[in-house]
Amino acid sequence: MTVGRPRFQGRLKRLLGVVTTAAMLGAATAGCGSGGGSGGGSQQGPVTLEFAQWWGPELPEGSFDKLMSDFESQNPNIKVKLLSAPYASTKQQLVSGAASKTLPDVVGLDGAWVNDFAKQGAIADLSALMADAKYDSSQLASQIQLDGKTYMIPVVNFVYPLFANKDLLSKAGVKTIPSNRSEFLDAAKKVSALGGNVKGWALPLDAAVPNGIQNDVMSWLWASGGSMLTKDGKPNLTSPEVKSTVEYVKSLNDAGVVAPGALTMKEQDKVEKFTNGQVGMVIDSLAHITLIKKNNPNLQFTVAAIPAEDSYTGKRGLPYASWGIGIAESSKHKAEAFKLVQFLMSQQPNAQLSTLANGFPGNKTAEPDFSKSDALFKTAFDIYQKGYPANEFVGLPKSEDLMRSFDEQLQLALTGRQSVDDALNKTQQSWASVF
Amino acid sequence: MEPAHIERTVVPEAAALQGKTPTAPGRTRPFTLRSLVPYGYISPTALLILVLMVIPIAMVVSYSFKDNVIVEQNPVFAGLANYTKVLTDSNFLVALKNTFIFITLSTLVHLVLGLAFAMMLNTALLSGITKALFRIIYILPWLFTIAVIAVIWRLMLDPFGVVNYILTTVGALEQGVNWLADPNTALWAVTFINVWSGYPFFMISLLAGLQGISADLYEAAAVDGANGIQRFLNVTIPQLKPVLISMAVLDLIWTSQQFALIWMTTGGGPLNVTEVLSTYTYKQAFSSYEFATASASAVIILLITMILAFFYVRQQRET
Repeated sequence: MTVGRPRFQGRLKRLLGVVTTAAMLGAATAGCGSGGGSGGGSQQGPVTLEFAQWWGPELPEGSFDKLMSDFESQNPNIKVKLLSAPYASTKQQLVSGAASKTLPDVVGLDGAWVNDFAKQGAIADLSALMADAKYDSSQLASQIQLDGKTYMIPVVNFVYPLFANKDLLSKAGVKTIPSNRSEFLDAAKKVSALGGNVKGWALPLDAAVPNGIQNDVMSWLWASGGSMLTKDGKPNLTSPEVKSTVEYVKSLNDAGVVAPGALTMKEQDKVEKFTNGQVGMVIDSLAHITLIKKNNPNLQFTVAAIPAEDSYTGKRGLPYASWGIGIAESSKHKAEAFKLVQFLMSQQPNAQLSTLANGFPGNKTAEPDFSKSDALFKTAFDIYQKGYPANEFVGLPKSEDLMRSFDEQLQLALTGRQSVDDALNKTQQSWASVF
Repeated sequence: MEPAHIERTVVPEAAALQGKTPTAPGRTRPFTLRSLVPYGYISPTALLILVLMVIPIAMVVSYSFKDNVIVEQNPVFAGLANYTKVLTDSNFLVALKNTFIFITLSTLVHLVLGLAFAMMLNTALLSGITKALFRIIYILPWLFTIAVIAVIWRLMLDPFGVVNYILTTVGALEQGVNWLADPNTALWAVTFINVWSGYPFFMISLLAGLQGISADLYEAAAVDGANGIQRFLNVTIPQLKPVLISMAVLDLIWTSQQFALIWMTTGGGPLNVTEVLSTYTYKQAFSSYEFATASASAVIILLITMILAFFYVRQQRET
């Protein structure tokens, strides 16, 4: 007995340990599987909102947390738990979360995702929430709507003007930044004629992230006031203006002014080539100004409006990307979540966030502070105000897929495997099936 | 004492003769907490396998038989429609062909390179220090993550990169080649990168196998008059056969699931020439939001992998 009892107790302890572990795993698993993105918070205690976005990592360290602290101090009953990750990871998490209806309460959105998330019933109708909160939406610069309902509000906009390497242009004998297509082709030829590794323009057509179609191809169309859609929002890729745009891009390629490797070039390659002085001109996000200056402080460059068709005199569309915001349909705290949206869209915080992000505010009354920013931001803001933000892919169904199918057909046209007409006809058919 | 001994040995036999089954000791044992202990021990693993493997696989299989799953609130049963759609999609067939070329070539070259380097590191012709140095050099590619490998090779294979510079300098090429952007070279370029990143594992495994071959066998072969090639073909290869087959099958399985390298170098382009089953499936799910066809494609990949796994398990059993 004196020997057997401790042994029995030891076994009992081990058994209890195993059972406890199993129970804990079960509980953890059940926790993982439970739906809803809301954090904790009882009815009496503070509500915790989960906010998934890619903005935090792209802002100066700690600045977004400080903004959230300001919100929490104004709303003592609401806590914000930031779920910050790079853009690509955030996208994957949100696509999975939308599919399983486990999105966090508040989500950072790209305009390209809105249509699909809304159709899946994953993001909430913000129009209803605005009405409930008696929110004055007239101060919003834009809203992304589907069937008349708002699903995303752009918080900060990043425009994509033309970046030009002043040293290379000057060396090539180009005295002014090209403002129309003929001038651009001529300038690109002169820069390419400098020889070495230098080319006039970069065209990233990588199939993994095919946003080159939006930023580097369709931007030529929008800069001339054109549209790739009919008035009722259907694809119109066989129109003369789209054909003229694609033929122009092909003419740049045929002239040998495009940096080699375009078919698998990624956006970061384009930025890198421009930073290293291997490319004279690119269409790029303003958000990259700081990065370019940091990596090559000696690079002399400027920004300008994207060249338009030679005869065009109207307002120029400027491609943009947004940090948009939305609310999960599965959130149990939609009213509190909308308070966070309201806060980020209010004049002062929105101006602050835009300044930090080097973007343009989503609130019409907010004014970014350019006093400490690079002078190029002020130049870009002037271009932005003279033209209009244009991105027809925002709100389209499966917009990344649309870009990819355009990309595939464009690649066939650029490599001489088919004509521009065939490329556009096939893309039109492909898009029509999605719409 | 004696009768008791007789009773213990005789009773079972007598019972058997009478057509009665002897009572198994465990059956009479009453149910105790102790009998649950083994189940308690395996329950965490069983639970993990259930949650992380069985349920997700079952869900993906069920999705593959539904129409517009996930996107639609109430998807309906679609039978084999998704499989028909995938199997008749020209992009899928291209991806299947590319995957076959990619994995077959990768595995073959992994084997050849791995064996060649392993034999070099096992030879008695080199000193210990030389072999140690080469061992470090040869194993370096294995130390890099796929993301780093993709970035390194994107830079090296750039039209103005190191590779083109060397090849044009020595006169092998007249002008730089867009290795990853040219439809004629892209698949070979990504296969080369995959070979480069994966051969060290083969080398290490085969080196362990080579070091396990008894020197007596080589001595006996030498006594019989076998030359170097004959010793390689009749001693080394037969002795390494189990390792070679296992490694080859495992590599086929691993390479068939290669996604990150392709995605980060070419994204399946240009013109779909590097599209493989994993990138095709990813695009279906995360770009087209066609989760049903993505699931069907994933199930097809699972079936192909299971066929390979079957051969692996059978080979292991024979070994």
